[in-house]
Amino acid sequence: MDVRRRNNVIVTGRADGPVLVLAHGFGCDQEMWRLVVPVLAAEYRLVLFDYVGCGRSDRASWSEARYQSLDGYALDVVEVCAELGLERATLVGHSVSAMIGVRAARLAPERIGSLVMLAPSPRYVDDEGYRGGFSREDIDELLGSLEANHLGWSATAAPLIMGNPDRPELADELERSFCATDPAVARVFARATFLSDSRSELPGVTVPTLVARCADDAIAPPEVADHVHAAVPGSRLVTLEAAGHCPQLSAPEATAEAIGEFVRAVAR
Amino acid sequence: MSRTERDRRTADRTSASATQERGDGAGGATPPSADAAFTALLEDSAEELYERAPCGYLSTLMDGTVARINGTLLDWLGMTREEVVSRKSFTDLLTVGGRLYYETHVSPLLRLRGEVNGVAMELRQPDGRLPVLVSATVKKGGDGQPLLIRITLFDARDRRAYEAELLRGKLAAEQARVRAEEDRTRLQSALAVLQRSLLPTELPRVPGMEVAAHYHAASRDQLGGDFYDLFPVDGSRWAFFLGDVCGKGPEAAAVTSLVRYTLRAAALHDPTPEAALTTLNTVLHERYTSSDPRYCTAVFGLLRPLPGEGGFEVELASGGHPPALVARRGGEVEALSTPGGLLVGVLPTAGFATARTVLYPGDTVLLHTDGLTEARTGADRALYGDAALRSFTRDQAPTSAPALVDALTDLLHGFGDGLGDDTAVLALGVPAHEADTATAPSPSSRIRRDLRATTGENNQ
Repeated sequence: MDVRRRNNVIVTGRADGPVLVLAHGFGCDQEMWRLVVPVLAAEYRLVLFDYVGCGRSDRASWSEARYQSLDGYALDVVEVCAELGLERATLVGHSVSAMIGVRAARLAPERIGSLVMLAPSPRYVDDEGYRGGFSREDIDELLGSLEANHLGWSATAAPLIMGNPDRPELADELERSFCATDPAVARVFARATFLSDSRSELPGVTVPTLVARCADDAIAPPEVADHVHAAVPGSRLVTLEAAGHCPQLSAPEATAEAIGEFVRAVAR
Repeated sequence: MSRTERDRRTADRTSASATQERGDGAGGATPPSADAAFTALLEDSAEELYERAPCGYLSTLMDGTVARINGTLLDWLGMTREEVVSRKSFTDLLTVGGRLYYETHVSPLLRLRGEVNGVAMELRQPDGRLPVLVSATVKKGGDGQPLLIRITLFDARDRRAYEAELLRGKLAAEQARVRAEEDRTRLQSALAVLQRSLLPTELPRVPGMEVAAHYHAASRDQLGGDFYDLFPVDGSRWAFFLGDVCGKGPEAAAVTSLVRYTLRAAALHDPTPEAALTTLNTVLHERYTSSDPRYCTAVFGLLRPLPGEGGFEVELASGGHPPALVARRGGEVEALSTPGGLLVGVLPTAGFATARTVLYPGDTVLLHTDGLTEARTGADRALYGDAALRSFTRDQAPTSAPALVDALTDLLHGFGDGLGDDTAVLALGVPAHEADTATAPSPSSRIRRDLRATTGENNQ
């Protein structure tokens, strides 16, 4: 299988710049980076991709067995890095992709040299002595919301849209398809995300890590980022003045600046 | 808050001009009664239209903080304006699942596309929750910067209840489909086991002969009524039979089972073909009733090796069955005609004619059921027919039992959906002398291969 096509891999930005791999979280696809890409492109080589099942990836390559665990998504990251021959790249993981990045760095330490965690949470569901912000029932409610909302998803249009990023005549469908995910894929990704527990992975992170939390985040509250920062050896913590859970959309300049500052510091 | 005030001023300007437009249109030709109604409408101020709209309406800052909210929505929430404005974020008004969905899906869509339509969510209420359909647009400033999000919410209780029913129905249908599929698989495997019990799992080795058989099951959901067997009757002789029970399904299969074991038992008592078929006729006729008229056609034969020459004498009798064919080494094909043989099991006493021949090295006797000759072929769906089978057999010369069955298996596959009925073929042949078959595999390996092929077919 052609990994570039499978994961709808797009490489852009400065060809000889340091490499940033931008990994989207649960919900949408690589479009999430649309506002931050122009800011970063002058200085960095940017690798964008969709996880299999999301965006315009190849839906046929999706299987529940692989993508019911975060390890399956981490394998996507590793395979994209291997396909491009990346070494010691910086993986910028938004939301659940922060923890996917931790797994990817463990699987392929030679490919991933540092991690940027945007709005990370190692566990969303409360546990004894740990506050993730959600109960198990809350997660079931989210699954209910997914069931009730097949935003822009159409089983008949999907085969056209997915895996055909180069067909301009599909532009309308593509625009409408943003954030549209096969309900079956979304359900499995949601469960993999919100029922995961990556806390035990954090002390094993050996690469330089930036924990970037948002000031007002309903999904990953500030104290969760504190937990991540405390658990990942030698990590740095910054707080972005960004509303909501998606700083790359609500504060693209500040997000790019924090990433740049970290990458320069690591390089020194 | 300055943004909020700006928004309010904008909203007021907009509604003022809207009022102006209506005022312009109201003059002149409107009849008095409609005029009264229209005057009442005019009294509905823009503020009133907003506050008491038949939908919830609110504006938030880009960070979600509620800047303005209408009375309808406050009533739904059971909250006062003071409790909400500047104090709550839109997502605070939602259930947690809705909040997660908003942050992961709706918020990115609003940032990148500027609008969302008809998203199903639930509002938190003092004593429960209210299903709503949410639409939102982003208001942008002159410089393209997003300023505000305007959100409308429609009461979706009925719609959501209806959708929940549809989803339940869909789930139930899906479960029923899965169950039906499982049942069908179970039924098919049970049928396959039963079907195999009606046929020998493998043919015995007959010293000095090559034997092969093939069974084509027309349906995995239906038991067929064709049968065959080959077995030793004493130290030197072998009996074989092949036939077709009238009908299909479990009743036919029960008769098939009866036929098989009756013929085997009868052969132990008296292996002459006419005697075996007569016994079978008596047993079947005893079961034959007008409500379940079961009968069969069958060929029963006896093989006896001839001393010295490597040949076999074949004696066979037939009850209403297509004649066996003998493929001679030289290419001639003969039908072993048994005129007058009656269907087995229909009449209390039945006569069966007997035919005899000798198989010399290179000769093969072929038995088949009429599924083969009644297959539909070609564009005009013509019957394949006895003549074509003879011609086909002739074209195979020189052949052997395994090679002939292989060729017939290919022929049957080639019929595709033209082959509507179950079909059994059984071939018994005397191998040609070594000198003539130097390039062919050894007889025993060819038999084994054939049996595998046969078993595989039955498993389908």
